[in-house]
Amino acid sequence: MAAAAARGCGGVWRRAWQRGGGGCPAPTPRGQRAVSCNARGGAVPAGKSGLAPWVPVVGLEIHAQISSNSKLFSGSQVQFAAPPNSLVSFFDASLPGTLPVLNRRCVEAAVMTGLALNCSINKKSLFDRKHYFYADLPAGYQITQQRVPIAVNGRLSYSLCIDNKMSQMVTKTVRIKQIQLEQDSGKSLHDDTRSQTLVDLNRAGVGLMEVVMEPDMCCGEEAAAAVRELQLILQTLGSSQAVMAEGQLRVDANVSVHHPGEPYGVRTEVKNINSIRFLAKAVDYEIQRQIEELENGGTILNETRAFDSKLGCTVPMRDKEGKQDYRFMPEPNLPPLILYDAKSLPANMNHQQVVNIDWIHERLPDLPSVKRAKLVEQYGILPEHSFTLLNEDGLTEFFENVVKQTQMKPKKVIGWILNDLLSYLKQHSLTVKESPVSPFLLADLLNLLEKKEISSTAAKQVLAELWKGEGKTPLEIVKEKELELIQDQKELEQICQAVIDGQENEVMAIKAGNRKVLNKLIGLVQRETQGRSNPVLVKQLLEKKLSE
Amino acid sequence: MRTLYFGRWLRAAPVPPPPPLRVPAARAVSAAQVPPRPAWQQGERRSPPQVGQPRRSGAREEDGRAPGGGTATSARSGLPLTVEVLDHLERLALVDFRDSEGVERLQKAIQFADQLHEVNTDGVEPMDSVLEDRCLYLREDDVTEGNCTKELLKNAREKVEEYFVAPPGNISLPKLEERETFLQGS
Repeated sequence: MAAAAARGCGGVWRRAWQRGGGGCPAPTPRGQRAVSCNARGGAVPAGKSGLAPWVPVVGLEIHAQISSNSKLFSGSQVQFAAPPNSLVSFFDASLPGTLPVLNRRCVEAAVMTGLALNCSINKKSLFDRKHYFYADLPAGYQITQQRVPIAVNGRLSYSLCIDNKMSQMVTKTVRIKQIQLEQDSGKSLHDDTRSQTLVDLNRAGVGLMEVVMEPDMCCGEEAAAAVRELQLILQTLGSSQAVMAEGQLRVDANVSVHHPGEPYGVRTEVKNINSIRFLAKAVDYEIQRQIEELENGGTILNETRAFDSKLGCTVPMRDKEGKQDYRFMPEPNLPPLILYDAKSLPANMNHQQVVNIDWIHERLPDLPSVKRAKLVEQYGILPEHSFTLLNEDGLTEFFENVVKQTQMKPKKVIGWILNDLLSYLKQHSLTVKESPVSPFLLADLLNLLEKKEISSTAAKQVLAELWKGEGKTPLEIVKEKELELIQDQKELEQICQAVIDGQENEVMAIKAGNRKVLNKLIGLVQRETQGRSNPVLVKQLLEKKLSE
Repeated sequence: MRTLYFGRWLRAAPVPPPPPLRVPAARAVSAAQVPPRPAWQQGERRSPPQVGQPRRSGAREEDGRAPGGGTATSARSGLPLTVEVLDHLERLALVDFRDSEGVERLQKAIQFADQLHEVNTDGVEPMDSVLEDRCLYLREDDVTEGNCTKELLKNAREKVEEYFVAPPGNISLPKLEERETFLQGS
């Protein structure tokens, strides 16, 4: 298992180096040292140069924007693109005399997420102020939950493919340290030509859930898989739409390396990661950079670095000098947040003022891991298939619709969905919803195949025709292109006989014992019939004739 | 330069640059005298209330004043007022201690606050808000505010097409060695 794992992650490492060229201080692959993550969670290199092995340590801080109508502490709207400073209330602009009022939906979202990640929910949590100066934080502090957050001590299970063929998956777990509610800051647009910053406060005050993961991961691939799984969970719960491109999911990685048995090394924080793919790249680059630096006798600074996606490397960030003193203090304007469960529910309280953890727990939807297990059980598909089904938005529904409308077994249908449909969509950068082939059309086609009215080669031809989206049904295309299988036994027998008569040498070889030549004859029959013969039937006929 | 939403002015003909933003000096307060009596010492000088056992043994005074002279320390809390600490405070709060009198005033302020240590709080949960026995009100998730761009921008001295204008980045105090401050000498 370890060797197999070494192959997989090691391959990722070597590829990451080769990509990191051009303008960027790409770490030189000294003797192709491959640092790989094995299933036991440590990282052991191939040790080709004989130097001591390195253990990378990766921890993540993830900020997920809560999907709600209004902001965390004020009644202004939450919306992605809007005229600048149009979704800003007096509180968001931190005008004097305004006070925070907590949004119930944000509390529920945080509790849902905590329950989904197996956390203990703190029935009493507190709000604090975290002070720092920046133009997009008008109050000069951010209201967060530093001392007692809303949820602690959870875990997230995710799966990785050992090799890139998706045939072996291993499940890993990362511990969740805590989940806390906090405010988002505004947006700064830097105008370097005029030496100024333009500030848009539309995003200031939007509710965020900060998910802090323990440093249980050891490479970029693991970090990416964990974030992908968290993204799916958040989207399933509906607590966040978690679209990284729109800034609804932001990830900062803390990376350090050390020798096995020694204490953890100095860590650096990597920011400005805009997609899951870049997360893997950034983490891998940073690990390699730190290893290089330490092997050259240098030291690692406890600094914040930004990931430059064009160059594929991390660079030190300007505005972050040394350790910040955030001067945490309790938020004086907010009493503690009290949550209830079925046992502690107060009798006379207004329902609207009560957040009941058990009530929320009962209404949690099926998490991705549960959905996958159900798919595997219900349809007999492989676990790897269920991963792909859930990874693509809408693909599971598509698959289930096709299965409902066709007699073909789900195990065969899944092949058509994952190999043909999905690869076509990927080639043309389409989502499942934009597919020109609907589940109904595909089911129709698969029925024709199942009833042996067409061969599978013919079916692929029909599918290619259906992609054009001209509105024809599979049956129409089959008739148009004359792709139906020849059903007339006599006609087939005639053609088989004709081929046998024409290929004396081959016939003799077969009769002498060389069965492989039979395939050539089958091929000839196929050519004669322009692909309209069922190869299994043809083989039977030929064998019958040759044995006469 | 990232694209601005609705930033029409970017595509317009180049306009002359606006007058340079006047960044207020880090210490705009003129070199005024340190006031004779700070705000927290307005009342008569009297000895602090003797409530319970003082938590720290060591330098005990009758009237709460530090033993005179000697090193600049805050006797009770034990944190020595080194140059690093003073520089850190100046950097965080943009306060200028200016001269030794300012540092002394700081010392006295710390001593005044240290009187809190006189109270024995063993076994008592800290209170973080006078609201701790109140219910935290939960608001329904409805949109009730916003859409007051004009009013908000009325407060802005400079604006660019509905954006607030700020300096390009944080301008932090130069390092201790690189600026003129009395702290360098101490």
